Amino acid sequence: MCLAIPGKITSVAGEDPLSRTGRVDFGGIIKEVSLAFVPEAKIGDYVIVHVGFALSRLDESEANKVFEYLKEMDELADLKEPSP
Amino acid sequence: MKFLDEYRDAETARQYAREIARVTTQPWSIMEVCGGQTHTILKFSLDQLLPECLTLIHGPGCPVCVTPLELIDQALEIAARPNTIFCSFGDMLRVPGSTADLLSVKAGGGDVRIVYSPLDAVRIAGQNPASQVVFFAVGFETTAPATALAAYQAARQGLRNFSILVSHVLVPPAMEALLSSPNCRVRGFLAAGHVCAVMGCAEYEPIAAKHHVPIVVTGFEPLDILQGVLMCVLQLEQGRAEVENQYARAVRQTGNQPARELIRQVFTVVPRKWRGVGEIPRSGLALSEAYATFDAARRFGLTHRTVPEPAECLSGLVLQGQIKPPECPAFGKRCTPEHPLGATMVSSEGACAAYYRYRGVAALAGA
Repeated sequence: MCLAIPGKITSVAGEDPLSRTGRVDFGGIIKEVSLAFVPEAKIGDYVIVHVGFALSRLDESEANKVFEYLKEMDELADLKEPSP
Repeated sequence: MKFLDEYRDAETARQYAREIARVTTQPWSIMEVCGGQTHTILKFSLDQLLPECLTLIHGPGCPVCVTPLELIDQALEIAARPNTIFCSFGDMLRVPGSTADLLSVKAGGGDVRIVYSPLDAVRIAGQNPASQVVFFAVGFETTAPATALAAYQAARQGLRNFSILVSHVLVPPAMEALLSSPNCRVRGFLAAGHVCAVMGCAEYEPIAAKHHVPIVVTGFEPLDILQGVLMCVLQLEQGRAEVENQYARAVRQTGNQPARELIRQVFTVVPRKWRGVGEIPRSGLALSEAYATFDAARRFGLTHRTVPEPAECLSGLVLQGQIKPPECPAFGKRCTPEHPLGATMVSSEGACAAYYRYRGVAALAGA
């Protein structure tokens, strides 16, 4: 039920914020999605979509943190290791 | 697909598993709240990558599973009415009520339609002015904004033939209820990322402080779950109990403001019975007075009856993390996805369905 998947906005239609929609590309499958809750989202942005609604714009700068976290942990561990 | 495939990288997953094993010095039980996370864990066998002393307890985060029997029966009653189009997410169709399910009502001639979005139901109401169109609104905070916008649009269009049977539930009160149980084994939580994408993280701070449990807002891909577990274990090992956000690419601290504002306008917080768990104070959403005209229970004069659960189904214990699905004597025998005793075996997020689908007979052998 809380399944939400990321897709890329390819077009936007509508002026009124609560009826703004966009076409969103999910790896080749295109669906029309309500953009009512992501007024800041624009063409080219990635959004998380749940039951036909974009809930959140994906933050590219945060997206890599899952890969950087381990590196940071390694560096911290190195700092704590007594030097030989 | 971007933002999906990279979070399934096997080598990074192994690095996370090694790091988790390195920092874990004692047994801990961590609950993943959301059924979507449970499915990721079972599908990718993430539990088998973790050290033996770490236990993942599957949480109650399956809205289909916790929808009370009484509401399913109300849905069946409405769906069987003449000149009525009953719209539901597909997940609900095979959930057993006390005598039937929506699919059998449909087979008997009821006009039951599967919709992808609540707005589809609004559209159907506009196209069928001679019929009553009812949307079965099931879901957590993640889904509530979509239902809220459907109610808002129906009001704006002046639709008199549209109503909503509301069964929205809220996650933090359920976590509180679990933590207050004397049998609670949970020492830390992976909170449901998409719920927090809507509501933000602040409402978890008092829970973390009061019960001294770390709460890590976590995503749904394998690397998200593993990083969430690592962050949670680090807090436990260091004696911290903070709210952290693993899923910052989708979750802002304050959530989604326009969605929260619409929820506030359309709904009011009410006590709600959770199937298999019981009534939890302030754990549900009902339509506010301004939108009460769209309340299907009111429109059809449905009375509230208490219906006993089938004794053989142990889904209540599964939903509270007290047993794992294969420990239920009916699992895989009297209860299968084709012939479910309870909703946890039907829903795409149900823990029983996850074990049946990804572990099958092996789950029984291991129980």
